[in-house]
Amino acid sequence: MSSLGFDLAHLLAGGMVVLSFVLLYQDRISAVLNVFATQAITLSLAVAWQAYVQAAPSLFVTASVALLVKGLIVPAALHRIVRQLGIHREIEQVIGGGPTMLAGLGLVALAILLVLPAVGGVDPLAREDLAFALAVILLGLLMMITRRNAVTQVVGFMSIENGLVLAATGAKGMPLVVEFSVAFSILIALIVFGVFVFRIRERFDTVDVSALDRFRGEHAEPQ
Amino acid sequence: MALIYELIAQGVQMFLVLGIAPLMVGVTRKVKARLLRRRGPGLLQPYRDLWKLLHKEAVLAYNASWLYRVAPYLVFAVTWVTAALVPTYATGLLFSWSADLIAIVALLATARFALALAGMDVGTAFGGIGASREMLIASLAEPAMLLVAFTVALLIGTTQLSAIASHMIDTPVGLRVSLGLALFAFVFVGIAENARIPIDNPATHLELTMVHEAMVLEYSGRHLAMIEAAAALKLVLYFSLLTCLFFPFGMATGDKTFGALALGLVSYLVKITVLAALLPVGETTVAKMRVFRYPIFLGGAFAAAALAVFLLFVSRGF
Repeated sequence: MSSLGFDLAHLLAGGMVVLSFVLLYQDRISAVLNVFATQAITLSLAVAWQAYVQAAPSLFVTASVALLVKGLIVPAALHRIVRQLGIHREIEQVIGGGPTMLAGLGLVALAILLVLPAVGGVDPLAREDLAFALAVILLGLLMMITRRNAVTQVVGFMSIENGLVLAATGAKGMPLVVEFSVAFSILIALIVFGVFVFRIRERFDTVDVSALDRFRGEHAEPQ
Repeated sequence: MALIYELIAQGVQMFLVLGIAPLMVGVTRKVKARLLRRRGPGLLQPYRDLWKLLHKEAVLAYNASWLYRVAPYLVFAVTWVTAALVPTYATGLLFSWSADLIAIVALLATARFALALAGMDVGTAFGGIGASREMLIASLAEPAMLLVAFTVALLIGTTQLSAIASHMIDTPVGLRVSLGLALFAFVFVGIAENARIPIDNPATHLELTMVHEAMVLEYSGRHLAMIEAAAALKLVLYFSLLTCLFFPFGMATGDKTFGALALGLVSYLVKITVLAALLPVGETTVAKMRVFRYPIFLGGAFAAAALAVFLLFVSRGF
């Protein structure tokens, strides 16, 4: 493998991990959505580069699906939802900025320590993609835990899926059927989330999910 | 005979950084004033300020101890020594083998320690608050700076600045996301360490949020001149470190022929002038931060530097 090929793949996959950190760090909702779109576009570039390096044309389809669905449609839809909810200028209180970053660093270290010994024999590109993909998945989970706004939790969920696609492309691609069904399920999930977010807002006048913790059922006695 | 040439080359570097440090401060002030649509003082104003301060009477508080009088000279001396250790126009100068990047971080910490002690010595409220905030910033910035050093060390295999610069020039390291992250972290740390906006405002003596200026509020005369000169030297030191670690092109690495040295000198001056002009551009686009947000700002630098180290581990294996 040429040095440039490896370096560019490293740059794009590493860039995805960095963007996951930016997602954790960023507290403005519309900026979070833009960072998510950037991550999806980076993902599609990474997949396209893998397609070129591995000479696997089917990966180009994966790249264009990632670009179209997660780089354009999902962010545009989320922007629309956020604007309809009237929270597009809102600044979300990220729970414990410092500890969250430290936990994120710990998760990245964990992903690297887990993956590198497990896949010692395979070529460095696949090994690297797997490590970064696991890091992106764990950071997405962390984002879902630390956020209180339903919309940014959805973004965390979508970034987990970005990590999954990255993992799949590193391991010599995945069948197109799987790819399409995953992309389709993401779109379905988006619609479900969209409906759900509006339902939460209708019921509680907020999309802060901590309101759900206090909710004890429709007819419970007020505490 | 060779030793004499080496000494001359080292001496040129020492007096070069000392000589241009106030000029670079002048450039940043001028560019900042122009960006704010003011005329601003001339480029040579920092020299005149230093000259004026050196000829004024130094006023001491009644309860000032010896520490208060020694600290400015100590800070200046340590900063100057540190600036002499960073390769500017040529690598492999005589002193550059005596300390590496980690020693430079330690030397800067020594200077900061002396200044913080002096800030608390007289017992005024401002000195104490400035010193405590300076220590807060230092405790956040130094780990990030050390991680930047580790990133470069992992990539190149040494923390010796001369070796890093010549290695970067001779063998391109390729497209490294780690280097970009390290650069990002280094810029954040440099902003915090040099008391620039958004961490601190170097142009004010009147705000409750000031850090560096609060520490040195009691100083006057030649003591203040030493501290101002040390602050200017520190700015140039960070510019030099930035160019040495990340943009070392043009530096004279091999034989010190006249042409190579002249090229190194010119490219160094151009590079740090560009940095001195870029700094105020960045400063005018952001607002001063609240003190409670410093950990978030510097935590970002720390996270970026740590991520740089992790990514390098992935690409190299263990």
